[in-house]
Amino acid sequence: MFRYYAWLAARSLRKNPALTALMVLAIGLGIGASITTLTVLRVLSGDPIPAKSAQLFYPQVDPRSINDYHPGEAPAEQVTYPDGMNLLKAKRADRQALMTGGGAVVLPDSAAIDPFSVDARYTTADFFAMFDVPFQYGGGWKATDDDAHARDVVISKSLNQKVFSGGNSVGKTLRIQSTDFRVVGVLDNWRPTPHFYDLNSARYSDYEEIFLPLSTAMELEFGRNGSMDCWDNTADGDQVHSPNCSWLQFWVELDSPDKVKAYKAFLNNYSDEQRSQGRFPRPNNVRLPNVMQWLDDQKVVPSDVRLQVWLSFGFLAVCLVNTIGLMLAKFLRRNGEIAVRRAIGAPRREIFAQFLVEAGAVGVAGAVIGLLLALLGLWGVRQQAADYASLAHIDPTMLLMTLLLAVITALLSGLLPAWRACQVTPALQLKSD
Amino acid sequence: MDIAPILAALKRQKTAAALIAIEIALSCAIICNVLFLITHRLERSHVPSGVAEDELVYIRTAGIGASGEDDPMVRAKEDLGALSSLPGVKSATIVNQIPFGHSSWNTGVKLAPDQQHTSANVGAYYADEHLLDTFGLKLIAGRGFLPDEFLNFEDVLKGKVDPPSAVIITKTMATRLFGNEDAIGKSIYLDDTKPTRVVGIVEHLVRPNFGSDLIDADTSMLLPVRLSLGYGQFVLRTDPANRDALIAAAKKKLKSVSPNRIVLSADKLSDTRSKYFKQDRVMAGLLIAVVVSLLIVTALGIVGLASFWVQRRRRQIGIRRALGATRAQILHYFQTENFLIVTVGIALGMLGAYAISGWLMQQYELPRLPFFYLPIGALALWALGQLAVLAPALRAASVPPATATRTV
Repeated sequence: MFRYYAWLAARSLRKNPALTALMVLAIGLGIGASITTLTVLRVLSGDPIPAKSAQLFYPQVDPRSINDYHPGEAPAEQVTYPDGMNLLKAKRADRQALMTGGGAVVLPDSAAIDPFSVDARYTTADFFAMFDVPFQYGGGWKATDDDAHARDVVISKSLNQKVFSGGNSVGKTLRIQSTDFRVVGVLDNWRPTPHFYDLNSARYSDYEEIFLPLSTAMELEFGRNGSMDCWDNTADGDQVHSPNCSWLQFWVELDSPDKVKAYKAFLNNYSDEQRSQGRFPRPNNVRLPNVMQWLDDQKVVPSDVRLQVWLSFGFLAVCLVNTIGLMLAKFLRRNGEIAVRRAIGAPRREIFAQFLVEAGAVGVAGAVIGLLLALLGLWGVRQQAADYASLAHIDPTMLLMTLLLAVITALLSGLLPAWRACQVTPALQLKSD
Repeated sequence: MDIAPILAALKRQKTAAALIAIEIALSCAIICNVLFLITHRLERSHVPSGVAEDELVYIRTAGIGASGEDDPMVRAKEDLGALSSLPGVKSATIVNQIPFGHSSWNTGVKLAPDQQHTSANVGAYYADEHLLDTFGLKLIAGRGFLPDEFLNFEDVLKGKVDPPSAVIITKTMATRLFGNEDAIGKSIYLDDTKPTRVVGIVEHLVRPNFGSDLIDADTSMLLPVRLSLGYGQFVLRTDPANRDALIAAAKKKLKSVSPNRIVLSADKLSDTRSKYFKQDRVMAGLLIAVVVSLLIVTALGIVGLASFWVQRRRRQIGIRRALGATRAQILHYFQTENFLIVTVGIALGMLGAYAISGWLMQQYELPRLPFFYLPIGALALWALGQLAVLAPALRAASVPPATATRTV
């Protein structure tokens, strides 16, 4: 029966090519737009570090001035240098790292390469193990190197390619600003998306090329990037070391709920302790979000992207209603044919099936067009200036999603018309013709 | 025209009529809000900067040598002197931030030293004696800075000096802080110690970056602080036609003054502006595409459905024609039918538009949909409906009376 219905559907669809094209195109456009925007949303709201995102936490305390205090507001988004060092030294978590972004100029030995500036991360020893950073050669530095202000540097795969032609460069010397550093590690490809551990810079692009100890970078006064929030007076103007300027990111790894609870208690104790020393004038305000909570809190997905998803689904809804209307009119024009089939014994179920096959055919064609349009749309997204543009690619999950969306759309667009068609009463129709 | 028979006929195809009405309602609700979003985006990208955008270029550099080798204040002065001497340079300055640039310096200001909450958060430009001229700012009241008012940035950074004694603010900031009173001579506080007096007001000066809302875009001030190398970027003013050549010449000149540095970025300010708003323009384009697609799909839907109805009713039309109805009456019949359905859709759509607007306000901190977008959306859809139904209705009107005598 199915083959017969498919043949009937093909015949009927061919009879009105313009109308068929309109229905298919409308569904295709709706699906194409929805899949394009959903893919972008999915890429942007993905988990940057799926294996560990539930064990990595971003401790927040509130050392800010009582001036401009609004009860209930979020604590400071970054930590001050004194607080960062205190929390780091306390070692209350399984792992912890203090960090900031920066920029430095690399001077390759080879005269063929001009000096160039790179994005840098100044951090502490646990960074690499805590974030599961993959190494091609060597590894990170040790905690003792932090204390010793070691001239150690970890470089990215692309920088290694550029300066050392991609070989094992561990132990080689790299001149940064006016200081010689020893390469201790070369990263493999590593690009957590978004750049969750520091959301100050571009969140989906601009990854660091060099990593070096925070203590070293501060001693050498390397340039820092990011935002700094200061309050009250910063005494001698030394903002970097000031207890009144927050500018560092601090991350900890805690692998059990008990440890999370204990760490939160520790942060509260720390705030109390600081208050007893005359700091932290505000009431305790402690938070300990994990990676996904922090990304959510920071509204990391651009609101435009969410808006686009809603718009595309609104558009799909209009296309869907449009197709239902057209299909309904089309099916009901074939009252005579339906009446004849019913009169010679076809049950309602069969009529319903026949028209659902026709609606399904439109849905499948629409899905194919939709997928093509989505590929085109994503290509268009990749041509844009937004920092996430290059990430917009369709993946197997989204392919499945397209299929699902198409089936749902086709069923929705076919159900009502097919049901109305099978309601046709044979006698009345035959008489009126 | 009597609408009773039309309503009676519509009752017989309730579902199809309802579907068209729903489609119109959805389109109307979406289109009203999207039109508003488009205007909002375009308005944002046309925000006045207050500076001579078409005459400015900027250069950002980074040094390679260890800091503290030479006095960065002296080096900034040397560089500035060298850049000013380039051919075609009308004026040159070193400043901490530029409109639409990638870094921004912001400060809370108060109206009294013991005030608990800041009165406004302001973008702070550190200006030397050439900044007003170079930027081309329009001073609408008061004066520029006096030579003895300038501080050196390195002293400010080390906390060695009191806050600046004078400040120039934008008109927007003056109104925000002092309402309708004359702001000149009034004091603001940058910290809890000494007052800073307002000595001048400029018409506009946009902050380097601002949120989706334009409310805070123009709250900036100029402080008389001479930047040092390392914290400043150079801005040069020249003839629009000379900008590209000047960028190249300036890069070369800086390299010859001190070879140990690299140029991080250099661009025409008009291009910087254009890049800053690129996302808004792309979004506006996308939204326009949505409106156009919605209109096309809806129109084609109406054409399709109306054509079916005309075909289905050929015999009835023929009978009416045979009984004496004119072509115009048949035409008007279908036009009125469409008008009725679209009107129902628009009524529903307006409710929907307000619901969506309320939701957008919550999600995206947008203002409420202004009332006048509703009649615009309604008119557009009425026009669309009439346009779409015209061809099928004309086909209906051309059905010959003799059709009545034929069987299908």
